[in-house]
Amino acid sequence: MSYSVTEPSLRQKWFAGSLVVLYALITILPLVWIIATSFKTPADAIAYPPKTFFTPTVEGYVNVFTTRTRLSPEQLQALGEPTTWYDKLVRKDGLVISGPSRFSERFTNSVIIGFGSTVLCIVLGTAAAYAFSRFKVPLKDDLLFFILSTRMMPPIAVAIPIFLMFRSLGLSDTHAGMILLYTAVNLSLSVWLLKGFIDEIPIEYEEAALIDGYTRFQAFYKVVLPQAATGIASTAIFCLIFAWNEYAFAVLLTSGNAQTAPPFIPTIIGVSGQDWPAVAAGATLFLVPVMVFTILLRKHLLRGITFGAVRK
Amino acid sequence: MLKSSVERVAEATPHAIAKRMHGLSDRALAWLFVAPSIVLLLAVNIFPLIWTIRLSFTNFRVNRPNAEVEFVGLKNYLNILSDRDIWLTMQATAHFLIWTIVLQVLIGFSLAYLINKKFRGNDLWTTIIVLPMMLSPAVVGNFWTFLYQPQIGLFNYAVGFLTGADPSSFSMIGDVSLAPWAIVIVDTWMWTPFVMLICLAGLRSIPPSIYEAAECDRASKWRQFWTITIPLVLPFLMLAVLFRGIENFKMFDLVVQLTGGGPGSITELTSINLKREAFEKWRTGYASAYAVILFVTVFGLASIYVKALNKVKQR
Repeated sequence: MSYSVTEPSLRQKWFAGSLVVLYALITILPLVWIIATSFKTPADAIAYPPKTFFTPTVEGYVNVFTTRTRLSPEQLQALGEPTTWYDKLVRKDGLVISGPSRFSERFTNSVIIGFGSTVLCIVLGTAAAYAFSRFKVPLKDDLLFFILSTRMMPPIAVAIPIFLMFRSLGLSDTHAGMILLYTAVNLSLSVWLLKGFIDEIPIEYEEAALIDGYTRFQAFYKVVLPQAATGIASTAIFCLIFAWNEYAFAVLLTSGNAQTAPPFIPTIIGVSGQDWPAVAAGATLFLVPVMVFTILLRKHLLRGITFGAVRK
Repeated sequence: MLKSSVERVAEATPHAIAKRMHGLSDRALAWLFVAPSIVLLLAVNIFPLIWTIRLSFTNFRVNRPNAEVEFVGLKNYLNILSDRDIWLTMQATAHFLIWTIVLQVLIGFSLAYLINKKFRGNDLWTTIIVLPMMLSPAVVGNFWTFLYQPQIGLFNYAVGFLTGADPSSFSMIGDVSLAPWAIVIVDTWMWTPFVMLICLAGLRSIPPSIYEAAECDRASKWRQFWTITIPLVLPFLMLAVLFRGIENFKMFDLVVQLTGGGPGSITELTSINLKREAFEKWRTGYASAYAVILFVTVFGLASIYVKALNKVKQR
């Protein structure tokens, strides 16, 4: 198109662009602030006016991974010189590291439960989506609506019987229980998105494969799956992000063993009161992977956000 | 119901095709593919729902497993509907719901409209705007309590800087009149991009030829906006409102971390109130009835809304 009446003028583009950039800058300010706070000392973090320029320190990160005790100067002297760099870092505040914190455990739980439920969700979701897309399933619309409607339940509402059910099955506070639960929660998204992606793959490919002597399962496995790879990948990222971020079920159904990071991070407390750099460090470690994912995979994520309801 | 539907799946597949293929038949494959998902959803969603409904007619309490469970009929439901506190909770939820939707629709649509002007680098800036909604609401909500601190908080400092007010003179989450707005602000910050993305998809779906035709007919830009852009984006916008409405009706994680329902119970949304009844006061039967009422409300409102949406789509 060489010239179009619908193409905005340069002045309009400048105007629109600067407003959007302004909004974007304001909207990421809180996120930048989280990251900045994670590199501050507690004193810098609560300074007034808020400090934009400061000497960065990794104290927050040391604090999020450790528990510390306050010792008297005499006791500190009796301990001798600190042996490691992180020992040295907390020693200047009159503290000594007394052990590892539970952060790495919680983070590992998030990884295990996140990836476990994503894999399960994709396997079940792809199969169901393929069946809904290709076979004449009676009550298809009803079943699909049923799958979608499971998302309307407030998590707290189902949490009561799930709590009871998990307790009697020995699943409460276990990885397996949380993986099953998150899989069920994500399944609706996964089936709907994947059905959309599979619908777009021309059925002729499979028919050709069937004529060539493939079984239906082989056709699914060798023809449809590779074609749907991008769709499966972006659905997987959505399931992963959802499981990663989930809080309500995690806080109600886990306490020690299988607790994930979101209920844990807000409970991080320093030796003397709320340790904001440590909270920010925990949050940064937890949030930055998602931010990086989002920026790198932006082209594929758009559709998942709109739940597949809006086709491009 | 499930079994019969699966049987019908099998019957629906033409026999001729099934015979032509070796290995698993379509019938077996349909079974194999759909069943696990349905079974899981039945076990983790429908079974608990039925259990909740059953519990809602009893006075069962999880923390007293040995006490005798009595069937109390509709007593729980009547108690809830006549409880003044629950109506206050509903009011708090309505305030939150209405204002977040109004703000998110206005800001989200405006942003989408501007982004659709296709300036250079618009996709990168779109992604940056989208970032907040991809993050954990609980973790982010917790950090916002820091931004909202009087004096040291960045939010208060920014407001003080712009309006000249003393940053330590107000507390967004400690003040009864400000706290309902504190949660609206954070939710709007977090979820406006969602409305924006759906609006953007709507704007991009309008073929340029319509505008070209309008231009030929010498319709003013203003008129084009109201007679072409708005009606064609409306179905998308309504869909965004539906999703946001359902999500915010269920709102728990963000607000619980931000205000915990306080000060007092001024920001105690229904989900937070329900959590208190079920997991702090352990009134399981009562909370179950509460959960059923909430579910019926969401489901009912959503169904009515979807009908309206379909009407708009057909127009």
